[in-house]
Amino acid sequence: MSSGFHIVVCGSLVPDPLQTLEPIQGPAGPALKNEMMLPSVLDPWAAHALFEAAHLAKRNGYRRVWLVSLGPKARLQQLMMSVAQKVPFELVALDGPASGFSDAYEVAEPLATAIEGIPGLERERLLVFGGCASASRDSGSTMQMVGERLGIVDQFVAVDKLTVQADGTLQLLERTEGGRYQVSVCDGPPAVVAWATGELPEPLNNPQVGMQNMRAIMPALQQAKPAAVGAQGMSFLRVEVPRQRRDTRVVKDLAVAEIASEIVEWIKG
Amino acid sequence: MEQILFLTHTEKDGALGKLALEALSGALKLTQELDGSTLTVGLVGGNVQPAAATIAGCGAGAFLGVTGEKFAVSRYVSDAAAFEALVRRREPSIVIAPATSRVSRALPGVAQRVGGRIDTHVTGLQVEGADLRIERWYYRQRMLAMLTREQRPWFMIIDGGTFEAWSGASGSAVVESVAVDLPALRTRVVGEQAATGGAATIRPDAGLLFVAGAGWTKKQSDGQAHIQEAEALILDFLRKSGASLGSSKSLVDQSGEGQEVLSFMTHLNQVGQTGSTPRHPRGLATCCHGEEPHVVGWRFIKERRAVNLDPNCGWAQGKADVLYVADAFQVMAKVNELLRGD
Repeated sequence: MSSGFHIVVCGSLVPDPLQTLEPIQGPAGPALKNEMMLPSVLDPWAAHALFEAAHLAKRNGYRRVWLVSLGPKARLQQLMMSVAQKVPFELVALDGPASGFSDAYEVAEPLATAIEGIPGLERERLLVFGGCASASRDSGSTMQMVGERLGIVDQFVAVDKLTVQADGTLQLLERTEGGRYQVSVCDGPPAVVAWATGELPEPLNNPQVGMQNMRAIMPALQQAKPAAVGAQGMSFLRVEVPRQRRDTRVVKDLAVAEIASEIVEWIKG
Repeated sequence: MEQILFLTHTEKDGALGKLALEALSGALKLTQELDGSTLTVGLVGGNVQPAAATIAGCGAGAFLGVTGEKFAVSRYVSDAAAFEALVRRREPSIVIAPATSRVSRALPGVAQRVGGRIDTHVTGLQVEGADLRIERWYYRQRMLAMLTREQRPWFMIIDGGTFEAWSGASGSAVVESVAVDLPALRTRVVGEQAATGGAATIRPDAGLLFVAGAGWTKKQSDGQAHIQEAEALILDFLRKSGASLGSSKSLVDQSGEGQEVLSFMTHLNQVGQTGSTPRHPRGLATCCHGEEPHVVGWRFIKERRAVNLDPNCGWAQGKADVLYVADAFQVMAKVNELLRGD
């Protein structure tokens, strides 16, 4: 069993976290100012899921990893220029908005449909990976809904470690409260695994992997099916960036003892 | 008029946790402010009767319970089935639940099953006439939105710290047992483990968040890294102050950059874009540059101070109340000395 996982990773783009974001009112609800122009990255937790998927596949001598990605086609293409160099995968592209203001319920539907449509995908080998929450909507709901849509009831959220045990079962560590992990053992696929940071660093760029990936990515982008995703039934009454700037007192040239004394006094409140 | 269902689970000791009692306050607020609304409490756990008794005086019209050994542990398949059964029994229009890891894992799937919609990380509930509005953050605490929904049932997971924990008279509560048809279980919960073998450094209820940035493990003015000294200073401070430890970067990012890592630091310490957004009244950042991906995790830290050698670091750009331009090794050694003297 362990050599035959079919791993599908759900992940899309989000604005580069170093960008300044400003909400505007668009025709279909709130949006980001200059959204189409913002540099974007693969959603960080989904990126960790992709790296873990590729690692798991490689370790088990099995190379089929799919990335199902919903976003504006042109921006997905840009994103793939960098992501494709990281690890081998096959892209399933869905052309639609990547807005954080869309509803998880509406996002889950085309993702699940796209997964069902992957040729040759075998349910008894299926592991559906994704991030435990996006950096845009930050809902932490989409993966569970995709799983439900696919009829998968073994689901694990905020996972940092997945180990394929000798008997083929999966041991998973899920984050819980107070800096602890819950340890679970699942008989095997199908399962949904929503990753936190996992244990792997971002792989270095590999141009060979990039070239190999891009051969299939470009046709996948051309064949991207439109996905009508929004926030039906939701009304945003207000979206704002609250005032965050504090009047910072920058303390220079103060003796260490005085700084420490100030800090201790402050801590004691 | 809304039919409100407050859903939660018991903790290992059979009691209700603080997050649950806070969310219960939110549910009660809605029940009082939305004319003609009713409140039902739905509990899941090994034995929910003692927990029901502790909130018997909350004013709920009814108590429902799913109990049994299989529901004593936190597991998607059994939790989702239990919550679903409670929702189907009551057929509520509004479901309120606390942001525990157990609820957050299972409830979105339940919303999907019953054709509802869910909002997580809710940080405010507001009633205007007959309209219910919620507040939640988008783009990792960068934008605050107020929104409403037409769909029902509307599930809401309430973030910790949004309401005061409910407290009131205990009593006797009649809990109606709800049966659940569980599928064959393919997942076993085999235990729990601390994220590290060392000190427990994450304390959600601490008054202070102490962030140890990556700078602690970098070369200092003498050209050498002083990891052991850094570890001793930080652990000594955590012991004396009772603070909760946060990190600015993920462990995987640090190790990926070939950087040494503090031995007691875990994945779960990370605060920010790919980490947590803790709620402590005060936060002290040390050897941390205050970059935006980290600082988004400070959204709910009210008073913020930082110690950094760079007077132009991110904290100086309006992100902290006070920035001490100083060597954190020296400052924290002196802080520990002063705390020791108490």
